[in-house]
Amino acid sequence: MENKVIYTENLTKKFGDFTAVDHISFSVNKSEVFGFLGANGAGKTTAMRMLCGLSHPTSGKGTVAGFDIFKQSEDVKKNIGYMSQKFSLYEDLKVWENLRLFGGIYGMKTKEIAEKTDRILHELGFEKERGTLVKSLPLGWKQKLSFSVSIFHEPKIVFLDEPTGGVDPVTRRQFWELIYDATDRGITVFVTTHYMDEAEYCDRVSIMVDGKIEALDSPKNLKNQYRTQNMYDVFYQIARKATRVEI
Amino acid sequence: METKNKTPFPILHSHLLSKSYGSVQALKNLSFEVNRGEIYGIIGPDGAGKTTLFRILTTLILADKGTAVVDGLDVVKDYKQIRDRIGYMPGKFSLYQDLTVEENLRFFASIYRTRIEENYYLIEEIYKQIEPFKNRRAGKLSGGMKQKLALSCALIHKPTILFLDEPTTGVDPISRKEFWDMLMRLKAQGITILVSTPYMDEATLCDRIALILDGEFMQVDTPQNIIAGYPETLWAVQTDHIPRLLKELRNNPLVHSAYSFGESIHVTFNKEWTPNGQLSGIDYPFEKIQPTVEDCFMLLSKK
Repeated sequence: MENKVIYTENLTKKFGDFTAVDHISFSVNKSEVFGFLGANGAGKTTAMRMLCGLSHPTSGKGTVAGFDIFKQSEDVKKNIGYMSQKFSLYEDLKVWENLRLFGGIYGMKTKEIAEKTDRILHELGFEKERGTLVKSLPLGWKQKLSFSVSIFHEPKIVFLDEPTGGVDPVTRRQFWELIYDATDRGITVFVTTHYMDEAEYCDRVSIMVDGKIEALDSPKNLKNQYRTQNMYDVFYQIARKATRVEI
Repeated sequence: METKNKTPFPILHSHLLSKSYGSVQALKNLSFEVNRGEIYGIIGPDGAGKTTLFRILTTLILADKGTAVVDGLDVVKDYKQIRDRIGYMPGKFSLYQDLTVEENLRFFASIYRTRIEENYYLIEEIYKQIEPFKNRRAGKLSGGMKQKLALSCALIHKPTILFLDEPTTGVDPISRKEFWDMLMRLKAQGITILVSTPYMDEATLCDRIALILDGEFMQVDTPQNIIAGYPETLWAVQTDHIPRLLKELRNNPLVHSAYSFGESIHVTFNKEWTPNGQLSGIDYPFEKIQPTVEDCFMLLSKK
């Protein structure tokens, strides 16, 4: 259990008589890049909301970063990072103001925030943009900055919800290099994506179909098991089994 | 029935289109042509200018400079007639959320002075999939169903040209494939399709593509010609640990570029060097490969 940053057993979420997430059991190890795949409507977002402490599960068990998602959802929130393509930064705040705001929300000390801001802007090569309003940054820069913001408080695990959607191909690859740097520092990464080449960059991936985890393994083992050359074909073979109509 | 012309006949052309928002130049002197009956892809990331271009061509905003002609009509002078002839599916869902599926479709048919039954054959295959939910409000539909309804509404008046602004963004790979199958069938009906996408793998499904970045077309051609025009020799190498090998390759002075591509890394070498299947210090076999459109895009974007 020590090394399990996520652990679930029969985790389930029902909305009325519709079972959005249906008894999923899996675990994610420390420093792992875990890809959470599935077609639209398979239940990924609902599962992710439960793991982030935002939605109360109907039944089952689950711990994230060592905290019970049923009883300690506030502790879960403090110990995770989250980034999505849709929302991440305040556009009307400057780069450094965004870092200060998020650092403050997570209870970091002023001095710590200042030091870390310097270091992150240096690592990203953004020193000159310290005082720039976020809304005037190019999209690719925003995405890299918002990833840095999401791990600013050194969470045990960061949840990335389609972090690279619409990003240009060079920046998309630079983004993945930031992900690897974070795992080198011991941060666990839980990521959803519709780019199947990115599924190949994960240590392990799960594929959800109709609320259940239909497959879970390393990309290499999945490709061997499904006798294909790439993750697109694996995804295609598994996800097309879906029978439930999107609601 | 239309006669088939041997020479391509443009249904849309623009000349030196420019548009700025404050200090940001969204489009820079864009000139291009779309031929009747083709699927023309505008391929590029968010912020490249795709939506601005679509909004000018669909007469929703005015360019600062330049001209554009759609189906023989000027986008400024003849904007009302153009609106009758085109179908437009914006990137953001723009139907009436509190009307039902059927009400939306009937509404769009009526503002185009037609009836659902008139061109039903055109949307039948798409609409049939959402018909079981025809009494549901559009706002309560899933993403995939909203997309099908929006496409049905854009087609209900049988447009000559269809503008699809990022129809597959955020859509899973299987639904994306289904969506493209639908486009192929619409093309077979003679409808010209101008479609934008950030997904480079969709480029090969288009007849011709424009690679767009920072308001400019970097290259326009068939996907095949763009790939054939890749000026370097491209190699692929496979490994179980991509980040480690990427670092090794980048530190190697003979390596010109190294980028991850799913299960392999694509590598170009400095001119004087050709790996004889192997590179000293790196124990992996290199295989010569055909570039993808994404390789081409990345090379062009670095210039």
